[in-house]
Amino acid sequence: MKALGLSAVAVVAGLAAFAHTGEAKAAGELTLCWAAWDPANALVELSKDFEKQSGTTMKFEFVPWPNFADRMLNELNSGGKLCDLLIGDSQWLGGSAENGYYVKLNEFFDKEGIKMSDFAPATVYAYSTWPKGSENYWALPAMGDANAWVYRKDWFSRPELQAEFKEKTGRDLAPPKTWEELKQTAEFFQGRDIDGKKVYGAAIFTERASEGITMGATSALYSYGFKYENTPGKYDMQGAVNSPDAVKGLEMYKALYKCCTPPGYTDSYMGEGLDAFKSGQVAMMMNWFAFWPGMYKDENVGGDKIGFFVNPSQVVAASTLGGQGISVVANTDNMDGALAYIKWFAQPDVQKKWWQLGGYSCHTAVLNDPSFKESQPFAADFLVAMGQVQDFWQEPAYASLLQAMQKRLHDYVVADQGTAQEALDKLIEDWTEVFQDEGKL
Amino acid sequence: MSDTPVSRLANRAAAATPQPLARRVRGLSDRAIAWIFIAPTIVLLLAINIFPLIWTIRLSFTNYRANRPNEVVKNVGIDNYTRILGDEDIWLAMQATAHFVFWTIVLQTIIGFALAWAIDRKFRGHALWTTIILIPMMLSPAVVGNFWRFLYQPQIGLFNTIVSVFTGADPSSFEMLGTVDLAPWAIVIVDTWMWTPYVMLICLAGLRSIPDYIYEAAEVDRASPWRQFWTITVPMAAPFIMLAVLFRGIENFKMFDMVNLLTGGGPGSTTEVASITLKREAFEKWRTGFSSAFAIILFVAVFGLANIYVKALNRVKSR
Repeated sequence: MKALGLSAVAVVAGLAAFAHTGEAKAAGELTLCWAAWDPANALVELSKDFEKQSGTTMKFEFVPWPNFADRMLNELNSGGKLCDLLIGDSQWLGGSAENGYYVKLNEFFDKEGIKMSDFAPATVYAYSTWPKGSENYWALPAMGDANAWVYRKDWFSRPELQAEFKEKTGRDLAPPKTWEELKQTAEFFQGRDIDGKKVYGAAIFTERASEGITMGATSALYSYGFKYENTPGKYDMQGAVNSPDAVKGLEMYKALYKCCTPPGYTDSYMGEGLDAFKSGQVAMMMNWFAFWPGMYKDENVGGDKIGFFVNPSQVVAASTLGGQGISVVANTDNMDGALAYIKWFAQPDVQKKWWQLGGYSCHTAVLNDPSFKESQPFAADFLVAMGQVQDFWQEPAYASLLQAMQKRLHDYVVADQGTAQEALDKLIEDWTEVFQDEGKL
Repeated sequence: MSDTPVSRLANRAAAATPQPLARRVRGLSDRAIAWIFIAPTIVLLLAINIFPLIWTIRLSFTNYRANRPNEVVKNVGIDNYTRILGDEDIWLAMQATAHFVFWTIVLQTIIGFALAWAIDRKFRGHALWTTIILIPMMLSPAVVGNFWRFLYQPQIGLFNTIVSVFTGADPSSFEMLGTVDLAPWAIVIVDTWMWTPYVMLICLAGLRSIPDYIYEAAEVDRASPWRQFWTITVPMAAPFIMLAVLFRGIENFKMFDMVNLLTGGGPGSTTEVASITLKREAFEKWRTGFSSAFAIILFVAVFGLANIYVKALNRVKSR
């Protein structure tokens, strides 16, 4: 029995050693984790310069958006060592900061002369700080982004459609300035025959599982005046979340979904929207700025065929915030290498190249450059959008808050259950319960 | 020891065994040797089944969150259980699960038994048809979920097109996965398509276990085929049918992958079966204590129902 026991210990020890070897990384190696999308490819290209300069080998772990949060938060929660650097969603900041998953970067920024004043204030607030608005920095703004719209300029410019639209609505067929106009324009295209093909009004976000419908509907809600709290930091949601304007905003989003989306558009997010637009099914598409460089280069629907516009306003000008900051994972075995990457990435020249390759820099050296607005057809809109962004809760309990909103919005918008007022009232109940659990109410 | 071939073989094996090992083995009782053989299995069972179960029960009485390693874990008594049992959304998830389990079992049992009965006629080409019918259950649920999403697509999906051929309705006029009234049936259809062959196989085994002489005796007694079916076929195949119902019931009670891929629980929460709710609570909201309590409630429900059912099954078998 003793020999048997010793053998078992030896086997376990062997397995442990094997597992450890599997996890270990080469000394000059860094793994950067992000979502799998167009900007990630640009970052791979950009990082080749860092590899040349530092001799570090860069590895990348890109996860498709629908699984990104699950995969990465599991990694952080389990104390995994997969990622040295993580470009994580802004909503993760609260939890990652409070649970010690990210390295606080203030000291490093001071030592290396990296100033947050060199980055657009809205991006610093959203992507770097926790508690919000404080001077505690947990990330460097890496990828500015907001929800926006692309439209078929070639269809909008057809004289016969322009004349018909003018006759019907009394205004020119042009990118809508308000949500009312957006719906009117979408209705005009819905079911229309263009070049022998039936087309539809708009592709919007309706996805249930992760964050889709929340990101889409808040584009309408914010524009109609939705607020999370009456007083920031007080969690007094009654009258803000379910204000009459917020109810109108949600009703508008549902009306747009009902009137003007393609059939079967009940669980759609970025990918489904891109498919619908690129296949020539829809006149307008809601999506993130991050996709516009690729969209503009598209052989079938890119170039002069398309135009871009900022999220329409209604009561106020507002856009839903996307984008991320880059953080150093506290569990990394290569802290020096990870910090060196941040230092390199923060340089103005690197930021300029980042923008040229298709990434959205948040650096003022890029954004304030006189030629910036003309550098891409969507660059001016990007500046406008980043000046009016609003973000979801960034609380440590953001996932519970997000799931509650996903459920209430999908129940009302897609599943036709209850009224907008009821959906927002129930949302307050859900959120109140979460904040009570958190000890904040 | 008698001089049998087995004892001769044992003696030869003992003679060929190296002395130290032989001495050690000879020193052990049968019970000790039995323990040596089953110990690894028991250790594994304890490590990956029993310990997690006990740990889950313990966590279910706390406010523990796996994503808050620095937070103090408090004992909350039976709070998690009372909150679950009083939660309207949880009961809606249980209703969605009950609808799914009930209808999939009914349809799979009826169709599966009918197919087994037809295949048992041993018509020309029945072996080929058996293979073809079995194909769906050989696929991965992830693959099935994904391709049925395409089949249900209102604009290009084959399902909508076929329905439109028979009904004359516009294929894009209805959305199987996006309509509250249709989505629960859409997942029932897919599960039935995939797992009816499994029920068929079990029923087929039952039908083939019925001795021919019983039917021959019935023929002599001039029993009609209808009477033979109800008095011989159904009663003798019943234990097999009940076994199939048990397996499918347990499987579908914890159904996750296929439904998650098809609808993600939507539209709204229409198809949010219990395991999807559990996954959201455990790995999206990270309410580990709460979700542990929910997991225990589901476990007790399945375990209790399965036990009652197995007792009924044994009664049927003993008749």
